[in-house]
Amino acid sequence: MQLDSKIPPGPIQQKWDQHRFNMKLVNPANKRKYTILVVGTGLAGASAAATLAELGYNVHTFCYQDSPRRAHSIAAQGGINAAKNYQNDGDSVWRLFYDTVKGGEWRGREANIHRLAEISVNIIDQCVAQGVPFAREYGGLLANRSFGGALVSRTFYARGQTGQQLLLGAYQALMRQVAAGKVKSHTRHEMLDVVVADGHARGIITRDMVSGKVERWLGDAVLLCTGGYGNLFYLSTNAKGCNVSAIWRAYKRGACMANPCYTQIHPTCIPVSGDYQSKLTLMSESLRNDGRVWVPKQAGDKRPANQIPDAERDYYLERKYPTYGNLAPRDISSRAAKEQCDAGRGVGPGGRGVYLDFRDALKTQGRKKLEEKYKELFEMYHNITNEDGYEQPMRIYPAVHYTMGGLWVDYHLQSTIPGCFVLGEANFSDHGANRLGASALMQGLADGYFIIPYTLGHYLTSAKPGKIDTEHAAFKDAESNVVGMNKKLLSIKGKRTVDSFHKELGLLMWEHCGMARNEKGLNELLQKVPALREEFWQNVNVPGSDADLNQALERAGRVADFLEFGELTARDALERRESCGGHFREEFQTPEGECQRDDENFCHVAAWEYQGEGQKPLRNIEKLEFEHVPLSVRSYK
Amino acid sequence: MNFTLNVWRQKNGQSSGQFVTYQAKDISPDASFLEMLDVVNNEMEAKGEEPIAFDHDCREGICGTCGIAINGRPHGPRNAVTTCQLYMRNFRDGDTLTLEPWRAQAFPVVRDLVVDRSAFDKIIQAGGFISINTGNAPDANGLPVPKDDAERAMDAAACIGCGACVAACKNASAMLFVSAKVSHLALLPQGQPESRKRVKSMVQTMDEAGFGNCTNTGACEAECPKSISLDNIARLNREFLLSKLFG
Ligand SMILES: Cc1cc2nc3c(=O)[nH]c(=O)nc-3n(C[C@H](O)[C@H](O)[C@H](O)COP(=O)(O)OP(=O)(O)OC[C@H]3O[C@@H](n4cnc5c(N)ncnc54)[C@H](O)[C@@H]3O)c2cc1C
Ligand code: SF4
Ligand code: FES
Repeated sequence: MQLDSKIPPGPIQQKWDQHRFNMKLVNPANKRKYTILVVGTGLAGASAAATLAELGYNVHTFCYQDSPRRAHSIAAQGGINAAKNYQNDGDSVWRLFYDTVKGGEWRGREANIHRLAEISVNIIDQCVAQGVPFAREYGGLLANRSFGGALVSRTFYARGQTGQQLLLGAYQALMRQVAAGKVKSHTRHEMLDVVVADGHARGIITRDMVSGKVERWLGDAVLLCTGGYGNLFYLSTNAKGCNVSAIWRAYKRGACMANPCYTQIHPTCIPVSGDYQSKLTLMSESLRNDGRVWVPKQAGDKRPANQIPDAERDYYLERKYPTYGNLAPRDISSRAAKEQCDAGRGVGPGGRGVYLDFRDALKTQGRKKLEEKYKELFEMYHNITNEDGYEQPMRIYPAVHYTMGGLWVDYHLQSTIPGCFVLGEANFSDHGANRLGASALMQGLADGYFIIPYTLGHYLTSAKPGKIDTEHAAFKDAESNVVGMNKKLLSIKGKRTVDSFHKELGLLMWEHCGMARNEKGLNELLQKVPALREEFWQNVNVPGSDADLNQALERAGRVADFLEFGELTARDALERRESCGGHFREEFQTPEGECQRDDENFCHVAAWEYQGEGQKPLRNIEKLEFEHVPLSVRSYK
Repeated sequence: MNFTLNVWRQKNGQSSGQFVTYQAKDISPDASFLEMLDVVNNEMEAKGEEPIAFDHDCREGICGTCGIAINGRPHGPRNAVTTCQLYMRNFRDGDTLTLEPWRAQAFPVVRDLVVDRSAFDKIIQAGGFISINTGNAPDANGLPVPKDDAERAMDAAACIGCGACVAACKNASAMLFVSAKVSHLALLPQGQPESRKRVKSMVQTMDEAGFGNCTNTGACEAECPKSISLDNIARLNREFLLSKLFG
């Protein structure tokens, strides 16, 4: 397939402005004639749905939770970036652009990233006007902090609940449109297929999770805003319901899947404590502003942290990356932690942890100041681990957190299925091979509030999707596909639970496709994952029926998709014979153990095209050009 | 650790329910309450029995999805945490625990421990927002907001919409939830222009949705996982009075 990124011509600073002018507009009176299906009500989906409804479109939203307000965006803690330069510390649109290209290790699209940086400033204005209670200084102006991978303070935050407050802002805007009759919100509705009729995305199939009813929805365009697929690894910081199903089923209908191997492993999570564990909890990266990361110099040193004198501690991030120190980007900090633990210097149960120590910050700033900044985080840590972060250092370890990969989209956020747009974490996005902290919230809201309202109108006026109804063969086919899969899952009645398969898959992926990957392990995955999938379809036990609320069935469908997606992820990781950002191939590293990119052969996006069941997917590539931030070694020393 | 669970099982909104007893065996004290339920559910699923349905998603106390009344207390015995943030070390080995869904007319049971809280969305639709379209916003620093006001607005905005306040109230009133949103928006200059209209409309919708009256017993504040303060109800009452007096 020929991938056309549709990057507009002209100087990078003017591309978006000029393009907005060039794109066709929908006559305001005609907007009410279009129906837009928005799947997902996180930051991306809620902001898109509310804005499109304000413009006059008819919108349907779908989410699997019982309210749109519960989308996983709610859990984001640390903050959202914007190039406001309110702190006068040298920030600018250009610097945010530059940091993001470099942070993503030159594997994102320059034009998209510049647009994101431009829009970032509008987002903050919009959110403040909606009543988002961002942190403020005594003078009443907005406060900022710095985040991993940046030397300026450009992160806006609302205590440790930034995602919650941004999502509530978008949710409230959405509820306002529901009241106005422009949005119909369908909660506890899981999307299980995309309907592609005559080459255009024209609808979706959902299952009402309460009544079990499978329904057909017709629209003029479909927006997938369904979040990330980190739960492929079973243990992650994602909510339990996060899944790949929506985008995976779109993939099987012709949307290319880009860079699935780019997974972000976050350095500051609470370590695993046992095999009953269902999820991992993130401790916001903002803690690294005041906490110092260290391990004992001596492998196997079992003394309590407070009894280990300074001279016997290795503050390895400060040592290895003197400029950025504890604020080194996520991929680099995570790998550094793994390296220490692999060498036997890890702390806590199983030696899988490093210290995040606030002793010095407590001395210089006092407890009150720290409480003001991180009270909830310290409480959360205490509650989960039964340890007091003020009295002894926190223990942290990397965990799967975010997925840079996702459905391939062009500059218009359109996938390779015309009329199927992908927003937020679900697309392969602007973060290249590694996302910088506080940039996902920014991207989700940029996509939803400020990009899709323009590009969607352009599609509707130029593609002119024709008249069809839900009796079209494509709807019938998609519906029977969904019903058939659920019936099959319920009929197997084997011996193993859905969770046991999910856990086994997660462990395999974490072992061979986690923080470090190599050819042997990836090839092993390409054997083991299909074998596990086969066993799943023979031996899973999904009790109950499909005619009412059945949480086992919901999970089974998601795990079935992860079992297919895991194989593609491994394949992508195997074929990318270089190291970059979240993708670290042990064979390709510098003598210091950093990523060894191969720009000659891999300066591209890999976009996988489905070829049918049992067939090897096709690897299409989109070449990436860097005119403004020249390719160079990504150094944080 | 071992526990005896008395769990409310109800097939759907139409059928009647009853308590069923289960044993939770060999549970780690470091497991969360929901992880304990996962263990029990997994054993049932392996035998082909239908697992106990309960709502949950983030499992870190922020999405507001989870909510079980444990021994009669919404979100269990500890103050200021959600059900998903309870750990088994907070209980005694051998305890008998009774698990029930939120009980309120406005929150009908969907299945087992799962209830329908869509009435909360309806209340927000009635005015829990600031009427501004995308693209109309002035510069974010154009209007300074005193730090104190911003902090108090944030205190109120921390509500996660879980519904424990309703479940805790003998009248099943949603006053704490409504007052949290009214306060959050009324405390900010951006929310001022609509504040009187908002409070009237939200309170009216709350009444229509079948929530009871607030008689100031304070049970809601005691059970709220986010420690939303009763001061918000006082502020709502003030706003409400003003809206009656001056329209
Ligand atoms: C713990 C944590 C902390 C984070 N902190 C930060 C931070 O500080 N700063 C930052 O920038 N980023 C942060 N991130 C990342 C950021 O929160 C996410 O990338 C972002 O919120 C994703 O938004 P979204 O709208 O794309 O998806 P989500 O918010 O995940 O929403 C997905 C939506 O899709 C729906 N959905 C999914 N599948 C289906 C289906 N099959 N059918 C129907 N509906 C479906 C869901 O119901 C939901 O409404 C954090 C992430 C985590 C996990
Ligand atoms: S006020 Fe408290 S108890 Fe009530 S919904 Fe909000 S967070 Fe839950
Ligand atoms: S599961 Fe999200 S608050 Fe408990």
